[in-house]
Amino acid sequence: MITLTDYLVVGAILFGLSLAGMVINRKNLIVLLMSVELMLLAVNMNFIAFSSFLQDSAGQIFVFFILTVAAAETALGLAILIILFRTRQSINVTDLDALKG
Amino acid sequence: MMIEKLVFYVFSALLIGSATMVIVSKHSVRAAFFLIVSFCASAVLWMLLEAEFLALLLIFVYVGAVMTLFMFVVMMLNLDKEAVQEKFVRYLPFAVLVVALMVGVLVFAVKPSHLGNLGYAMSTHQAADYSNTKALGMLLYTQYVYAFELAAVILLIAIVASIGLTHREKANNKRQRIASQLQATKADRLVVITDMGVSE
Repeated sequence: MITLTDYLVVGAILFGLSLAGMVINRKNLIVLLMSVELMLLAVNMNFIAFSSFLQDSAGQIFVFFILTVAAAETALGLAILIILFRTRQSINVTDLDALKG
Repeated sequence: MMIEKLVFYVFSALLIGSATMVIVSKHSVRAAFFLIVSFCASAVLWMLLEAEFLALLLIFVYVGAVMTLFMFVVMMLNLDKEAVQEKFVRYLPFAVLVVALMVGVLVFAVKPSHLGNLGYAMSTHQAADYSNTKALGMLLYTQYVYAFELAAVILLIAIVASIGLTHREKANNKRQRIASQLQATKADRLVVITDMGVSE
């Protein structure tokens, strides 16, 4: 039988993988955005698993809003990426050190 | 239920495998395709949890719209290959450490004994006439209606901001530029010509 733990473990592995994606991808801002998407997917997986096992639909409402915000975030992120590429001719993360941080 | 278990393990493996490919693949296009696979696999898992509305929403909105946007940007930027080549070797040990720690702690935290009686609960199935979409709609338009309208506003802001950010004016635009007209002074426009040539 599939238990709640199984779903939560899948979510945890997905979260860890996307975190690793953020750490190892220093060359490409697009893959970084994709890692953010995966991370949100992992969180949504947990929300839906709990919602299903607790018989409470409110968790799915949260997923609905997370999906909305994630879509808006992706659209804005890609728009910023495009103007960044227009001005710098590069989306390399290591090139973006104008603030010397 | 043997078949449920089979579906769960097959699609979890597909999800984790394709998520791995997203973060290690060298080309952004390939990463985007693997991201589509992982969205589809997780939609199947959500379907297994009887969240049909959100599973279909994930496929329609994410695979249909967001991933199209990703592909569009990847194709438009046309990144040179060598810039994408070398990566992830330098930070790989650190990444493996982070993932091992993170996943280890999370997997320990979600042990069945830590979840109370929920940890040993069977996944219950809804009645045959239960409609997930209807249930969500009932919640969304009553209890969460303000949040729903706020979500609409967020989408509107995203539309306005992304158009405003990426919009470029045409070079031969004939529109009046009032700000630059008001900034013009007499010295910019008026040139006094004497016999000796142009002065001032």
